[in-house]
Amino acid sequence: MSVATREVTAGETQTIVAARRLRDTKTVFIGVGRPSTAAILARMVHNPELILVYESGTIGAKPFHIPLSIGDGELAQTADSIVSVPEMFNYWIGAGRIDVAFLGAAQIDKHANLNSTVIGEYEHPKTRLPGAGGAPEIAASCGEVIVIAPHAKRTFVEQLDFITTVGHGDGPGSRERLGFRGRGPTAVITDLGVLEPDPETCELVLTEIHPGVEVDKVREETGWDLKVADDLRTTEPPTDEELSALRELLDR
Amino acid sequence: MAEMLSLSDAIAELVSDGDSVALEGFTHLIPFAAGHEIIRQGRRDLELIRMTPDLLYDQMIGMGIVRRLVFSYGGNPGVGGLHRFRDAIEHDWPRAVEIEEHSHAGMANRYAAGAAGLPCAVMRGYVGTDLMSHTTVAPITCPFTGERLTAVPALNPDVAIVHAQEADRDGNVQLWGIPGVQKEAVLASQRSLVTVERIVDELEPRPGGIVIPGWVITAVAEAPGGSRPSYSLGITDRDNDFYKFWDKMSRDRDQFTAWMNENVLGLANR
Repeated sequence: MSVATREVTAGETQTIVAARRLRDTKTVFIGVGRPSTAAILARMVHNPELILVYESGTIGAKPFHIPLSIGDGELAQTADSIVSVPEMFNYWIGAGRIDVAFLGAAQIDKHANLNSTVIGEYEHPKTRLPGAGGAPEIAASCGEVIVIAPHAKRTFVEQLDFITTVGHGDGPGSRERLGFRGRGPTAVITDLGVLEPDPETCELVLTEIHPGVEVDKVREETGWDLKVADDLRTTEPPTDEELSALRELLDR
Repeated sequence: MAEMLSLSDAIAELVSDGDSVALEGFTHLIPFAAGHEIIRQGRRDLELIRMTPDLLYDQMIGMGIVRRLVFSYGGNPGVGGLHRFRDAIEHDWPRAVEIEEHSHAGMANRYAAGAAGLPCAVMRGYVGTDLMSHTTVAPITCPFTGERLTAVPALNPDVAIVHAQEADRDGNVQLWGIPGVQKEAVLASQRSLVTVERIVDELEPRPGGIVIPGWVITAVAEAPGGSRPSYSLGITDRDNDFYKFWDKMSRDRDQFTAWMNENVLGLANR
């Protein structure tokens, strides 16, 4: 069986859909894990000119392997420029030089606000998560944000336990009132489909569903009454080229 | 000029019980050897400051020598959570640790303000988040444009400890690769220690190299391999397998304690 004919996993579809979003992007800011894999895949298949920017200060990194950490040596060795952390956040992120940022979270609400701080009360958390890292300012200042998260009820919640990162706040006008310059989350890519904010209400709406996934399943895994777009699309299945490239990358 | 000391003498001289100590290095050049020496010398009640606590602070927290932690991302990069950090916050084991948390941008600006001798830094950030009411930041208005911004207080640790590739015999230090906030941390602190992979007769200019003059550094100590399992670009490689091993092993208190006894406390200082 050739690499491309093995059954496609939900995670592979999620990564491939994220990579497609970077077809016309100039600069992308990424953390490790699936976002990094998607961005490297995008450079391989869709957009060889794509500039990868990692929080560690590596601008224009061209990793051959998927890095474990945002500061792996290969990122520094292949970067166009390496800058300090204050410079990264002030001159590059804060100044709005990055087009797209990929972010993850432990919890997301219907306005695409994110929690990566605690589950439970802040003072006595049930689960202490790593915390904000760069996310609040990345989400405020990058041109747009794409959230990549597993679609599960414990992740897609009615009410966040802690607002670590503002997406669309309380809805329309929130970002403007807070003085944010980026457009905020434009898509949430999950292993079940894609959610996009409604232009009027800023509420996340299911606009795309991955092949073989039922809408009821998506609703079941969402902790609020999920709206579904009238023109719900089915994700174009991964092509042989995308799948082969992704599997080859993961095997390196 | 920086004093050239052994690592054990440098820690004995620079770090006291109760000090605020920033061991910096953003994924790269994390001063593990110095942190381990602090543990071995039995320092306690420390206020540890670091953007990304990483495995080093997980170890120091798990050994019960930390009173307070100032940080912005307490994860095992690319792997998951930090189990000793979590256990201390969730269950006060082995002791309660007070926390003050920020965003990366906030911490970076706090160090930069400290290095500049300013009381605070001004930035866009924190607004709209729950962090704002759980940490030390304040709104401020730009006197020129009226824009609402956020002020973060300067960080001025008692001691900064960083690791670099090289120093010369006068204690001038050069590091290259990912520079993190090491220069800012050194300049923001009352005292500073730089551990280095090697001491050379003359620093050879490197692309992207950052040179910190010896006269702003208190002490330099040679510590070959001193950033492992982090790395020193061009000299050692990041031990990614160790970061994965740590995730499994450190979940259990007894296994953690046994590992620290064998691999840190049981080793003679370098």
